[in-house]
Amino acid sequence: MIRNSASEMAAKLAAGETTSVALTQAHLDRITAVDADIHAFLYVDTEGALAQAAAVDAKRAKGEKLSPLAGVPLALKDVMAQKGVPTTCGSKILEGWRPPYDSTVVANLKKNDVVILGKTNMDEFAMGSSTENSAYGPTHNPWDLTRIPGGSGGGSSAALAAFEAPLAIGTDTGGSIRQPAAVTGTVGVKPTYGGVSRFGLVAFSSSLDQAGPCARTVLDTALLHEAIAGHDPKDATSINAPVPQVVAAAKSGDVKGMKIGVVKELNGDGYQPGVRARFEESLELLAKAGAEIVEVSAPNFEYALAAYYLIAPSECSSNLARFDAMRYGLRVGDVDGASAESVMNLTREVGFGKEVKRRIILGTYALSSGYYDAYYGSAQKVRTLITQDFTKAFEKADVLVSPTCPTTAFKIGEKANDPLAMYLNDIATIPVNMAGIGGMSLPSGLADEDGLPVGFQIMSPVMKDERMYSVGAALEAALLSKWGAPLLDKAPVLGGAR
Amino acid sequence: MTLSYDDVIAKYEPVLGLEVHVELNTNSKMFCGCSTVFGAEPNTQTCPVCLALPGALPVVNEKAIESTIKIGLALNCSIAPFSRFARKNYFYPDMPKNFQISQYDEPICVDGYVDVEIETDEGPKTFRVEVERVHMEEDTGKSLHVGGATGRIHGAEYSLLDYNRAGIPLVEIVTKIVPGTGKYAPEVAKAYVAELRDILRALGVSDVKMEQGSLRCDANVSLRLIGAEKLGTRSETKNVNSLRSVERAVRGEMIRHAELLNAGGRVVQETRHFQEDTGLTRSGRSKEQAEDYRYFPEPDLVPVAPDAAWIEELRATLPERPSIRRKRLQEAWAVPDKEMAAMINADVLDIVEATVLLGSDPTKARSWWLGEISRIANDKNVAIADLTITPQDVAEIVALVNAGELTDKLARQVVEGVIAGEGKPSEVVAKRGIKVVNDDGALMAAIEKVCAEQAETAEKVRNGHLPAAGALIGAVMKETKGQADAARVRELLLGHLGQAN
Repeated sequence: MIRNSASEMAAKLAAGETTSVALTQAHLDRITAVDADIHAFLYVDTEGALAQAAAVDAKRAKGEKLSPLAGVPLALKDVMAQKGVPTTCGSKILEGWRPPYDSTVVANLKKNDVVILGKTNMDEFAMGSSTENSAYGPTHNPWDLTRIPGGSGGGSSAALAAFEAPLAIGTDTGGSIRQPAAVTGTVGVKPTYGGVSRFGLVAFSSSLDQAGPCARTVLDTALLHEAIAGHDPKDATSINAPVPQVVAAAKSGDVKGMKIGVVKELNGDGYQPGVRARFEESLELLAKAGAEIVEVSAPNFEYALAAYYLIAPSECSSNLARFDAMRYGLRVGDVDGASAESVMNLTREVGFGKEVKRRIILGTYALSSGYYDAYYGSAQKVRTLITQDFTKAFEKADVLVSPTCPTTAFKIGEKANDPLAMYLNDIATIPVNMAGIGGMSLPSGLADEDGLPVGFQIMSPVMKDERMYSVGAALEAALLSKWGAPLLDKAPVLGGAR
Repeated sequence: MTLSYDDVIAKYEPVLGLEVHVELNTNSKMFCGCSTVFGAEPNTQTCPVCLALPGALPVVNEKAIESTIKIGLALNCSIAPFSRFARKNYFYPDMPKNFQISQYDEPICVDGYVDVEIETDEGPKTFRVEVERVHMEEDTGKSLHVGGATGRIHGAEYSLLDYNRAGIPLVEIVTKIVPGTGKYAPEVAKAYVAELRDILRALGVSDVKMEQGSLRCDANVSLRLIGAEKLGTRSETKNVNSLRSVERAVRGEMIRHAELLNAGGRVVQETRHFQEDTGLTRSGRSKEQAEDYRYFPEPDLVPVAPDAAWIEELRATLPERPSIRRKRLQEAWAVPDKEMAAMINADVLDIVEATVLLGSDPTKARSWWLGEISRIANDKNVAIADLTITPQDVAEIVALVNAGELTDKLARQVVEGVIAGEGKPSEVVAKRGIKVVNDDGALMAAIEKVCAEQAETAEKVRNGHLPAAGALIGAVMKETKGQADAARVRELLLGHLGQAN
C-alpha cells in the first residue's frame, strides 16, 4: 500500500478499501523500520497524525464531502510552523520551540484533511544542497545511503523515495525542492513566487523563498499544489489571482504543438555525461509526443549564481537577526550579571552552524555602507537582467527545460569543506528563483556511469504553472512506458518490509 | 560660570533640525491586527507578527498609509507615486525582529513646509520651517530596567520587556536644517512642534500626547559663528516630552555648545537626553562613528503606490488649518495681536476655546488661563495641561463671579483650591467656607473698628483727602478676611466719613 501514489491511496480511501488510520499507521511503521538508516524525519507526530487520520475517517463515515487528498499522509519540511509541533529549521537555535500558530500551508493542509506525519530534516535554515548542514545530522539518500539526498529539503525527498510518505512539503529558495527531487528520483515543484503563501515559512531569503509540493508522480504534486496554493492576506507578496489549473494539466499531459525551449547556457560543460544523456533522451520523447523543441539563450544566467549568493545571504543576515534568545528558542550564557548583548552573542555563537554563520557574515558585509551598491545593488540589477532573459525566452517557447542539476547525488562529506563546489550544484535551479517563475523537477532515468537518478527541469512563466505540469505529465507517461515500471522500483530494498 | 543667553546669541548663530515621531491612532498596529490601546497589561497586545516569531510576516495597515498621506498633504508635501519600506538593521532586545521596518531613500512624502508665527521684538513674525520628508515606520517595544539607581540599563539587576508598543504605527517628520532664526531658535522650535501638534490633532490622526509619548521630538542643535558658512557639530536631544521642554532643550543646548566652543573645546556628535527636572541634557549614545543600519528594501512588503485620485480624495478631506482657525478665533473673541500671541505661546488656545464653549466670556477665560493659572503652573514648574484644573472648573468659577457669589480675589482662592486637589469649584467654596460678605451690618462694624484704630487717617478722609481711604479699605478687607466686596466697602466707608458723593 505504501508504494502507491497519493492519488491511488486517495482512491482506495474513497472506495472504502482502507482507512486513513490504517494508511497512516502503515507509514508510521515504515518510518520506524527504515528511518534509522535514512534519517528523513526530525520529529514524528505519531499521536497527532493518528488523531487527524481518525477524524478524517469519521468525517468520511458520516458521508461528508472530502477534498481529493483527504486522509493521505504527508511529510512536512521542518521550516514550516505547525501549531504545537516542534519546528527547528534544522537548527540548534530553535531547539524546543513549538509554534503557537499554524503556517498558512499547514492550515490549508489541515483544511484539506491531509494527515501530517511529522517534520523532515533539512539543511539549517534551508541553507545547503545536501542536508549535511542540519544540526541534527545528515539525511541519507535511499538510492545509496553513503550519498546525500540533496538539500535543503533532503528529508522530504528522501521520505518520498523511501516510501515513508507519499506526499511532502518542501521550500525552494535556490533549488531546495527541485535538486533533492532530482537526486532521489522523485518529483518536486517550486510554484510561481507568490503562488503559495509564505506565512509561517521560516524565512531564509524572503524574495526567493517559495513553498511547494513534492511527491512521486506529477499528478500527486498537482493535487498537493492545488491544496496549498492561493491568495493569503497574511502574506503581502502573495498573488491575488486564481490558482493555475495544475491538476487538469497533469491529467491531460498534452504537449502537442507546445514549444519547448532548451536553455543553451544550462547544459554542456560541467554537466555529467549521464545527466546529459538522460536529458537528450527526454527531449526526444517530448518531440515524439508532439512538442516542438527549440533552442533559447539566456546570456545573463552565468551571473545568476554570483548574484544569488549576494541577495540570499543579505536577506538572511536580516531575517535571522530575530534569533536572539530574548523571546524563544535556545538561550546561552544567561547567568547573573550577563548583559542581554552577551546572551545574544553567545546564543548565536552556539546556536548557528558554520554555513549559516558564513552566509550571515557574507550578507552583513554585502549590505554594509560603502559596499551596498557594488554588491547588493549590482546583484539586484543582475536579477532584473535574468528576468528579462526569461521574458525573451518565453516569447520563443511555452516552457523552458534543462537538467535539474549538473550531477547525480554526491557522497556525504565529499563537498562539505568546499562551499563553492556545493553552491555550483544549484546553477540550473537558481535562475528560476531569481525571476520568481515556476520550476519542476521530475525523474528522467538513471545515469549510466553511476546508476543514480537524474532530474529533468521544466520552467514556466509567472502564474502559468499549468504548463510545466502538462509537459511533466507527458514526459512522465512516455518514460513510464519506456521503463515499464516506476523508476523507484529500481532503488535498493531498504531494511523494512515492501 | 554659566554663559548668559545674550552672550551666546551675540556671537553664534544657532541652526535647528527637528525630528518628530508621531504615533498614529489607528485601531491596529502597523503590520498586524493587534490593538494599539495605551496602558494595557504588558505583552497582552501581541501576536506572532509583532513578536517576530519565526515565519510571521508583516502586512501594511492601509489606514496608516492614509493617515500618513493626510499628514503629508497638510504639511504641503509632495506624495510619492511610488515608495518603499526598508529594513533598518540593528540589535536591541526591545525590537523583536532586530530590524525596524521603516522607509529609507523612498519615503512616502517629501518637500513640504510649515509656517510658524512667533512674537519678536519687532512684533509677530513668520518663520518657514521646511519639511524634508515624512515617512512611516513601526515603534519598538519598551524596556524596563529594574534595580540600580538610575533606571538605566547600566547597573540594573534585570530588565523587563513589554512588546505592546512594538509595531505601533509611527510617522517620522523630519525638517531640513532651519537657519536664520537667530535668538528666536528656541521659540521657533517650540512653535513648530506646537503647530505640528495642532495640525495632527486637527487631522485626527494621532492623540498627540507628548507626555504619553504619542508625539516625541528630537531637537538637533548646532552653533556656528555669526557669518560663518560651515555648519557646526550638532547634538541630538531626545526625550523632550513637552512643548516647554522643546524650548528649554534648545536654549540649554545652545548655551552648552557655546560654553564648550568658547572654552576652545568641541561639540561631540551624540544623542543627549533631556532632563525635565534640571532642564539640562546628559550625554547618550555617541554618533561620532555613524552606525551602519544596512538598510535595504523590505522584501516582505510590496511598494506603496497610492492612486492619484485617492490622494486628491484625501486632500479634499483636510480640515481647517490651525493658523486659519487661530485667525477665526482671534476675530470671534476680539483679541489684540499681542494677547493672541501670548495665548499661543502659553499653549492655552485649545483650553480657552473649550472654556468659552462651556459658556465663559472669552476675555475672562483668557485672563484666568493666561494669568493666575499660568502663574501657578510656572511656580510648580509643570505644564498647564498637567494641572488638575479643567475648562469646566474655570467656566464654573467665571459663572460664580458673574453671579456675584465670588469676588475676583475669592475666585483666585478657589482656583488654588481646585489645583490643590480639593475638588470642583463648588466643593472648594464649601470646604473653605468662602463667601462674599454682603451683610452691611457686619461691614459697618468692621469699618467702625478700623476707623477707631486709625483715627488719624479717618480724620484725613473726613477732611476730603480721599486717597487716604485706600489704607482703610485695605484694613477692612483684612478684617473681613477678604470676603467683602471692595466696592461696597468703599461706598459704606465714604458714607460713614461723610464723603458720599
